[in-house]
Amino acid sequence: MSDSALILAIVMIFALNFYALMGGADYGSGVWDLLAMGPRRDEQRKLIADAIAPIWEANHVWLILVVVVLFSAFPKAFALLSVSMHIPLTLILFGIIARGTAFIFRKYDSRIDEVQRRWGTIFAISSLITPMLLGVVVAAISSGNVLADHAGKTFVDLYIAPWCSWFCLATGIFAVTLFSFLAANYLAFYAGSEELKTDFRNRAIVSQVLCGISALSVWILADLEAPDLRTALANSPWSLGLQAATAMCAMFSLYALVARRFQIARLAAALQVSLIIWGWALSQYPYMIRPVYTIAQAAGPASTCNMLVIVIALGACLLFPAFYFLYSVFNHKSEN
Amino acid sequence: MNDLIYARSQMGMSLAFHILFAVAGITLPLMMVIAEWMHLKTRDPIYAEIAKRWATGTAVLFAIGAVSGTVLSFELGLLWPGFMQWAGSIIGLPFSLEGFAFFTEAIFLGIYLYGRKIVTPSMHLFAGIVVAVSGALSAVFVVIANAWMNYPVGFKLQNGMPVEIDPIAAMTSPAAGPQVVHMLIASYAAIGFLAAGVHAYMLLKDKTDQFHRKAMAIALAVGATAAIAEPISGDFIARMVAHTQPVKLAALEGQFDTEDGAPLRIGGVPDVKNRVTPYSIELPKLLSVLAFHDPNARVKGLNDFARDLWPPVLLVHLNFQVMVACGGAMALMSTWAALLYLKTKRVPDHVLFLKCMVLAAPLGCIAVEAGWMVTEFGRQPWVISNILRTHHAATPVPGLLIPFLFFTLVYILLSICVIWLMLRLFSNTNPVTAPVEPAPEGLSDV
Repeated sequence: MSDSALILAIVMIFALNFYALMGGADYGSGVWDLLAMGPRRDEQRKLIADAIAPIWEANHVWLILVVVVLFSAFPKAFALLSVSMHIPLTLILFGIIARGTAFIFRKYDSRIDEVQRRWGTIFAISSLITPMLLGVVVAAISSGNVLADHAGKTFVDLYIAPWCSWFCLATGIFAVTLFSFLAANYLAFYAGSEELKTDFRNRAIVSQVLCGISALSVWILADLEAPDLRTALANSPWSLGLQAATAMCAMFSLYALVARRFQIARLAAALQVSLIIWGWALSQYPYMIRPVYTIAQAAGPASTCNMLVIVIALGACLLFPAFYFLYSVFNHKSEN
Repeated sequence: MNDLIYARSQMGMSLAFHILFAVAGITLPLMMVIAEWMHLKTRDPIYAEIAKRWATGTAVLFAIGAVSGTVLSFELGLLWPGFMQWAGSIIGLPFSLEGFAFFTEAIFLGIYLYGRKIVTPSMHLFAGIVVAVSGALSAVFVVIANAWMNYPVGFKLQNGMPVEIDPIAAMTSPAAGPQVVHMLIASYAAIGFLAAGVHAYMLLKDKTDQFHRKAMAIALAVGATAAIAEPISGDFIARMVAHTQPVKLAALEGQFDTEDGAPLRIGGVPDVKNRVTPYSIELPKLLSVLAFHDPNARVKGLNDFARDLWPPVLLVHLNFQVMVACGGAMALMSTWAALLYLKTKRVPDHVLFLKCMVLAAPLGCIAVEAGWMVTEFGRQPWVISNILRTHHAATPVPGLLIPFLFFTLVYILLSICVIWLMLRLFSNTNPVTAPVEPAPEGLSDV
């Protein structure tokens, strides 16, 4: 394998990580819009809308970056993924369309409550389903059921069985709880009033507990339905350290939430999510789509990979200052 | 075989839908920046209001363009995995560059839309300029990828597979330059005309309305300049097509026989069975002049190509006629606007002109759609010219009727919502004069 293919695989995990921390939290915010309740229901929804409005489109581009790098550098993997995951990916697209357009329509359509609620409901439900399906797809390419050879296989074997399992479902639920947890942390930090902060603190604590439960179910089901991934996750030299670090982050974020130290809580939550993603990436290594393609097998020609590394390095020099600027503009606002 | 039709229909529909939002995402930011710059220069609050109104339009259309663009990036694989597996490494570079342009556009649009009161006026203007430039760059990169499909370069063919791939060279297809310029100018013309038509309609109701007068002036300046430049760029692209894709040119023109000094056909309905194009007005030797700048040049006809390599001649020819007719009408309208302006030294507000402007409003968008049909149908049966057939690129997944129907439904619903929302937005009475809406915040009080 060329070094640049490995670099690009790592870039994709970074992009996925940023997507989870930014775009994932936007999905999670949508879940909290769906579950908004109590005396401050409308304030919760307003906070969510204000928090994500300036940034959700930029956050969404991380997913496009993952797709583009995948088809440029690993065209075989992209083709196989698109064929075997045709159904969940198509559903994800519907979710992405519904969420983005409903959000923007809600903002600019009539302010009448009924109209607002209609768009709000579409926005919130698609915010729940889309990350769930993303989790399903990630689980499916890790569990080793994707088929490369079409000969003599049925429709179900090829296009449904690879992603239709309890393990995939549990991972989807895990993704939703994780993103909701992340969003609750961000919103607790971002909220203007102490009452609103408390609302989202409580939501963060509850969703952290749910995260723990769904993580446990993923762990158990992996034993049955994704044994190779589970082995890598459990028995690698890094396993113990990574899992201890993740658990410590989780405990620490709970402590920070209880202590109302929201800045620290949100950093701990972000670190927790990142560790989970890198843990998955390490246990997936060297595979890209288990069991068909390793990173090396899926990689395109070195000339393209090398050029992409250069382009991405240059692009990153532009991107990170711009993102920093975007976030500093709107963080500044919350302090005022 | 039916699945191929559904795959093509779904892709075509997704592109036809996305392209309108893409051109809006290129042009509206430019108009909005011009209005804001005018405001900073003249301190006239009407310009600030115009900039805000167009910024709102940009916000809605960009968001829909962003999600419909995401759909396309996935559909490349969902519908055409064979194409992506073959070509992903070759054309991935422009798509990656487009990704960064898109990032930049999204980031600075967020700052522009929501940072009005937070950043300084010059930073705000700068953010708008970045949005306009990166929007245009996105289009440049995407069209470069499309140009490669029309005339692929940057690799060698070995046993039907690409080797010695040079992704930079792949971006320099001879089709790229003319296509990029043609598409960009078309974007400015289409949305400039669309906006000018809307404001002309409002001006017809009340000629004294300064908001719509000034808005139309900017939209017309952008749209008319582009519409006059577009036929010139059309000349470049016609010669490029003549040299690189002769069968497409033959289909465009309904040219069945190879001919020295071929005529230009206006109208006409190609009859593929009898291999003639009746009902057309033929201007002698003009096609040879346009395609090769030589009245006696030889133009290859469809009969010189195997029948199974013909694109759908009728569709290509008719769409081409529609595109040229719309473009021609827009160029005439623009010349009229320029003459009126030179004569009166003010925004053209002649009633007949305004009425024609309203009628001309959708022409650019129709031309953009027709132009894409020309280039995409004109390349068939290939997805990569002379290398990969479209049906070899399609997904093996069966039952594509279902996603096609769902996407059709979604796009129809979305179109209705967007049109409804845009009409609400742009036909609103001017809030500067009518205090129905909350007073405009932002520029004037920064």
